[in-house]
Amino acid sequence: MSAHDHAGHGHGGAPHGSLKGYLIGFVLSVILTAIPFWMVMTGAIDNKQATAVIVMAFAAVQIVVHMVFFLHMNPASEGGWSMLALIFTVILVVIVLSGSLWVMYHLNANMMPGLHEMREMP
Amino acid sequence: MASTATTAGAEPVFHLEEEHAHAEGGSTMLGFWLYLMSDCLVFAMLFAAYGVLGGNYAAGPAPKDLFDLGLVAVNTTLLLLSSITYGFAMLTMDKGRVAATQAWLAVTMLFGLGFLSIELNEFAHMIREGATPQRSAFLSSFFTLVGTHGLHVTFGIVWMVTLMMQVARYGLVEANRRRLMCLSMFWHFLDVVWIGVFTFVYLMGMLR
Repeated sequence: MSAHDHAGHGHGGAPHGSLKGYLIGFVLSVILTAIPFWMVMTGAIDNKQATAVIVMAFAAVQIVVHMVFFLHMNPASEGGWSMLALIFTVILVVIVLSGSLWVMYHLNANMMPGLHEMREMP
Repeated sequence: MASTATTAGAEPVFHLEEEHAHAEGGSTMLGFWLYLMSDCLVFAMLFAAYGVLGGNYAAGPAPKDLFDLGLVAVNTTLLLLSSITYGFAMLTMDKGRVAATQAWLAVTMLFGLGFLSIELNEFAHMIREGATPQRSAFLSSFFTLVGTHGLHVTFGIVWMVTLMMQVARYGLVEANRRRLMCLSMFWHFLDVVWIGVFTFVYLMGMLR
């Protein structure tokens, strides 16, 4: 290992980013964090469902911003393998999350008639 | 490796060189990325559990009674700041400036410690109010999800201290650069997970 002490050349395709990239990412994340917090804390929009959808959209955009500017994801890094692993993981995460929520919502809605009726009572 | 070098003469030298190129370059980063992706799946399971159980209060406290969004905003700010300061550490590392790298790592660590102390304070406050993990399914899944993230941050800080000692002792050698880059990915990844936590747990909890 010691032979590589001052090998200051490229690191095998792992990009580091630049000061500009980090600052752009930081400013974008601050904006993308501040707006949802402000919306929820002040109740800027009266409709809770709409607020929830907007907050989730901001989170999705911010995750992409972090991936690009902080984790330096791009289709070319590691010969495309990190992107492939990421896409695979995202697909699994979407299946796990949406599947769990979907199945369990219907279980709750269909399997507990007693509770359901109680909730309907005045 | 030594035995092949004595028996086969010049050829193993070439072989050795090739293996080094792999170890120093892409494979560690890709391997660590794959670890992060598996970690991502762990968090996906915990998010799914929270999504399913998060509404079961068992007549106990609900998110509105427990969460203080102001504190969460401060925590989010701390984590975001720690992300950019770690980025600065990487940039100074690229220029080979040991002292500046160490300083930025120390700043990052302080932000991380600030985040952890606020989070632990919040947990302690909740538990004092009787909102323990045993109270309801909502609280069990909440403490598991947010606690797992906090545990990751804790280990990130331990790792950071270790690397600061390594850098102090051996300087910014190739091995230390590689380790710092792995920790960089880990640290930024934790920030990405935190986006999910503050959105789905705290903000959506207050909307519920």
